Amino acid sequence: MSAVTDAPTTTAAPRSSAGRRSRNLGDLPAALVFILPATVGFVVFLLWPTLRGIWLSFTDTTAFQTGGFIGLENYRRLADDPVFWNAFGVTLWYVVLNIGIQTVLAVLVAVLMHRLTKSMVVRGIVLTPYLVSNVVAAMLFLMLLDYQLGFVNEVIEALGWDRVMFFGDQSLVIPTIALVNVWRHAGYTALLVFAGLQTIPENLYEAGRVDGASELRMFRSITMPLLRPYLGLVLIVTMIGSFQVFDTVSVATQGGPANASNVIQYYIYEVAFSRGYDFGYASAMSVALMVVLATISIVQFRLTRANQNDMA
Amino acid sequence: MKRKTAPAALVGVVALALSACSSGGGSGSGGDGAGEITYWLWDSNQLPAYQACADAFTEANPDTTVKIEQFAWDDYWTKLTASFVGGSGPDVFVDHLSKYGEFATQGQVVALDEMIERDGFDTSVYADGLLDPWQYADGSTYGLPKDWDTTAFFYNTAMLDEAGITSEDLWAADWNPDDGGTFEEIVAHLTVDANGVRGDEEGFDPSAVEVYGLGINPNFEETGQMQWANFTGTLDWDYLDTNPWGTRYNFDDPEFQKAIDWFYGLAEKGYAPAAGVFSDETPTQVGSGQVAMGTNGSWATGSFMELDGVDVGIAPGPVGPEGERASLFNGVADSISASSDNKEGAWKWVQFLGSTDCQDIVAEHAVVFPAIPESSEKALAAFDEKGWDVSAFFSYEEEGRTFLPPITLNAGDVNAIASVAFEDIYLGNADASSLTVADEQIDAVLQQ
Repeated sequence: MSAVTDAPTTTAAPRSSAGRRSRNLGDLPAALVFILPATVGFVVFLLWPTLRGIWLSFTDTTAFQTGGFIGLENYRRLADDPVFWNAFGVTLWYVVLNIGIQTVLAVLVAVLMHRLTKSMVVRGIVLTPYLVSNVVAAMLFLMLLDYQLGFVNEVIEALGWDRVMFFGDQSLVIPTIALVNVWRHAGYTALLVFAGLQTIPENLYEAGRVDGASELRMFRSITMPLLRPYLGLVLIVTMIGSFQVFDTVSVATQGGPANASNVIQYYIYEVAFSRGYDFGYASAMSVALMVVLATISIVQFRLTRANQNDMA
Repeated sequence: MKRKTAPAALVGVVALALSACSSGGGSGSGGDGAGEITYWLWDSNQLPAYQACADAFTEANPDTTVKIEQFAWDDYWTKLTASFVGGSGPDVFVDHLSKYGEFATQGQVVALDEMIERDGFDTSVYADGLLDPWQYADGSTYGLPKDWDTTAFFYNTAMLDEAGITSEDLWAADWNPDDGGTFEEIVAHLTVDANGVRGDEEGFDPSAVEVYGLGINPNFEETGQMQWANFTGTLDWDYLDTNPWGTRYNFDDPEFQKAIDWFYGLAEKGYAPAAGVFSDETPTQVGSGQVAMGTNGSWATGSFMELDGVDVGIAPGPVGPEGERASLFNGVADSISASSDNKEGAWKWVQFLGSTDCQDIVAEHAVVFPAIPESSEKALAAFDEKGWDVSAFFSYEEEGRTFLPPITLNAGDVNAIASVAFEDIYLGNADASSLTVADEQIDAVLQQ
């Protein structure tokens, strides 16, 4: 900081003091060089589009013409749009299922990896579903779970049960999509949790064993409290990702049947690109989603005290 | 999008400059329009036919080549819009009646009237009623007709035989929204449950159906073309207050709603598959052997006839309460993008597409019915040659009636509301009286 405030005086100084000047600036020039690419990327690909998106949400811009300022009209429309609120509810239900199941599963897998095995092969296998792209995973499950031809339904029928309309039943479609994405993400999340687990000193467990604590008791009293900050961050990151579910819906159901899987991101995409081309309204919905995500992140951060560590 | 080599581009520029000079003299001939034209279409079945047209075109116009790109229907419109926004659209593309209004409003397609007049292009060659819908609300023409289609019922001939029903019975079937007429009797009789009991027999179990009498396409649209349009079209009813460019839909009509309840009610009776049972269209459904009969358009004839192990016949829609059978009559056309940088070349290609030369080539491929009646006759002959009896698609013109799909502005929003409303009825979330609310929402969109 002082280097920056000093800068004007040093530049005004005679040439002979150049050596002093570079010493005063310290690492700043090098730091700027290293920060510049990321800053340019941040401004061009994040800051500017975000600001422009916020501006568009107050206009009636469409794909083909730049619109004028219309104040809060788009937000008024949003408040009265039953499809948007349905999409909001559908997305929340998806996030609850997806994050709920995924987190429990990930912690379980991570603890098992931590306490039982050090095998790299096992860790590799746990991660494999994450290597499959979302679109491929969605297509794969679309085929596997097809009512007529799907392998899973063949098995279900062979076992003597009725076939299940995984993607065609309104009450099953969101749980199905949530589980498909749990399958894909749980391993990755488990690895994140696993990384957190490795920061817990082994001697705590030794002490626990000396005191005669069971594995379950040690999980409750040692693992969970010390894992909390990591879990807090993992939750924030995965939940933001979960709110943005789009590809699975786009590939498998296109929001159907009858809006039962019409999540917010898909609805925004539809409004902007496949009907009406209403960039203004789509931007307003995006801004609303951003506000919701920011709020949830802050609340979660506070609740899980993710920035504090109990180990200190 | 267009990758020209530098010399070719130069030739194009020079040619355009020359044509600019000569156009003062009134004749648009010469080397104008040279370069590459990009042409988009959605139906992969038609690709070989139009490739043949493109080859013939380049033979006649060596300076102009045509590059055809094909994208499936679902991606087609999104890609097209994106390409318009990005200024990299195709020069010419296959356009649809339900879509072009929006493009015309946004100024993304070229009005063809001036060029038609300048070159004295004869638009009277097309079958009646094909060109008119391409006149936008402002009176300008935005597309030249290329082909037409109607819808009919594709049936499994073996299943019909087994049920003791003849194709004559199907052709003679009648229908009404109250009890479905003899058409429903046929559908019921074609339905068979797990115990071999037919739908119209004592002890039929609608919860364990092996073969459904009628398949339902999973295509929920305001047109109903793939589902209920063959039935509602026979009523004294039309989609809009005025078509094209109406601003009030008639989905609130009680007679129409009765027909819709009847149609989706077939699933409750076990005569048709419930929502979600099939995620594919009727060619797959009939091909699976679990569906005896299904609606589809004339363009799908090949998909049905080439099904493995299933022999398929085609019958027209039943005769309705007004004493006539009916089908939606849809025309597809070629439009020129406003963003095309070679509009002369594009116009030449569109003229060729709309000429007997190209339409005869398409006819030979027996995939669709061309817009020019003489070419259409040739297509009929080509279908006959393959042993495919497609007379059902012509029957509406001869002894029934045809109607246009609803043509309005904001068709994308209309479709979004209507598709969910109809699917809700199929899913059993609501009955057809709920269409009154959807109708109000649609009217609000149209009157914006």
